[in-house]
Amino acid sequence: MIRVVLPAHLRTLARVDGEIKLDIEGPVTLRSVLDALEARYPMLRGTIRDHVTLKRRAFIRFFACEQDLSNESPDTLLPDTIATGAEPFLIIGAMAGG
Amino acid sequence: MSTVRVLVGTRKGAFVLTSDGKRKQWDVSGPLFTGWEMYHLKGSPADPNRIYASQTSGWFGQIIQRSDDGGKTWHQPGTPPGETMTPEGTPKGESNKFVYEGEVGKHLWYDGTPHPWEFKRVWHLEPSLTDPDTVYAGVEDAALFRSTDGGQTWHELSALRSAKGNLWQPGAGGMCLHTIMQDPNHPERIFIAISAAGVFRTDDRGKTWRPMNRGLKSQYELPDPDAEVGHCVHRIAMHPSRPNVLFMQKHWDVMRSDDAGESWHEVSGNLPTDFGFPIDVHAHEPNTVYVIPIKSDSEHIPPDGKLRVYRSRTGGNEWEPLTKGLPQRDCYVNVLRDAMAVDSLDSCGVYFGTTGGQVYASANGGDSWTAIVHDLPAVLSVEVQTLR
Repeated sequence: MIRVVLPAHLRTLARVDGEIKLDIEGPVTLRSVLDALEARYPMLRGTIRDHVTLKRRAFIRFFACEQDLSNESPDTLLPDTIATGAEPFLIIGAMAGG
Repeated sequence: MSTVRVLVGTRKGAFVLTSDGKRKQWDVSGPLFTGWEMYHLKGSPADPNRIYASQTSGWFGQIIQRSDDGGKTWHQPGTPPGETMTPEGTPKGESNKFVYEGEVGKHLWYDGTPHPWEFKRVWHLEPSLTDPDTVYAGVEDAALFRSTDGGQTWHELSALRSAKGNLWQPGAGGMCLHTIMQDPNHPERIFIAISAAGVFRTDDRGKTWRPMNRGLKSQYELPDPDAEVGHCVHRIAMHPSRPNVLFMQKHWDVMRSDDAGESWHEVSGNLPTDFGFPIDVHAHEPNTVYVIPIKSDSEHIPPDGKLRVYRSRTGGNEWEPLTKGLPQRDCYVNVLRDAMAVDSLDSCGVYFGTTGGQVYASANGGDSWTAIVHDLPAVLSVEVQTLR
């Protein structure tokens, strides 16, 4: 079971409160987590990564275990603590502004 | 008893203002979609309970919202709230999927170099005159999309970009398709306007397009002031009873066409400045036109700190300032291109919103004005629904 924390605006779009819990079969990667998230909450498609290219949107960041995984390959395995649900996977709206 | 519903898009959410036909007491509801840029909301002429809204964010991109109950509840078309399965199966979540069709191509960038088309946001949503499920979207980088399933999926009318799109270039606000007008007498005919490319018209529902910019002169904006494309058109307007007559607020110059855009002539007349953004036409008087002069393209403030709507009852050239109820000192707000609208009550109401967060209304065709709300975020768009 994976725990995912969304930024506030995406929680509003998905109409959820707090963390999301996802069951993922197979390797736990950025791609498999986002695939599972978008399958369950299709209203989030296009808000985190591009519909067609599946590239991360410019002002989205992926944090886990105090690491910035935003620029990792989508197929990189996430840390065990994420895969086991001990730590949440954080989807963040990047700092942008003055 | 008639009622009026004013749909206001702002930099930080949407607001719905409602009143009875007297238009003296207003109920303000909102913000909806708090914190998001709400570029435009517009109701379907065929079903006033159907409202489409463009919700955008630099972080999360484009969202399309739809209400089927006059703005009480909203959802992303095709993804009902709280359900991951619909009778049609798992939702595809494509209501915010705007993908250019065919070869993406390149337009001119600010520095004159070719730059590939990149989707950024929906500036304007124009519901069909007859079908609530059909709606057009004008987007940045400039293109026209159409949905025929209530906003669930979108397809580009890509022939538009073949109309010398390689010569279009962004204005200061981006290369946006901001105006979409359907000809009520010719369902195949649509006018669109792009900043900075100009006016284009299709007579076959979007299969082919022609630039309609003859007579426009952009002496200080273009190396060839009479160029076929490249003009910075800020807004065009028509009266539905007379769709061959168009009015335009260009970057500089207020223009008029009497032949459905085939040619234009200037009608700036005695305006204190002919720079501005919105332009609109009285609901019952096709020759009565409204503009809001702004000092210049480099200053974007009202001349002399006075917020004045100018009205022409002669289809241009002769303009009178309308000032009663509007601030006549120390006013330095702007009024953006999509932020003016009229209702269709017997005494035509005129509405506009400012970058200072005021929405002004006149229930008497502009003779006098009242701020029906004072302190919203900067207003991006104003639309009005007259409900009978």
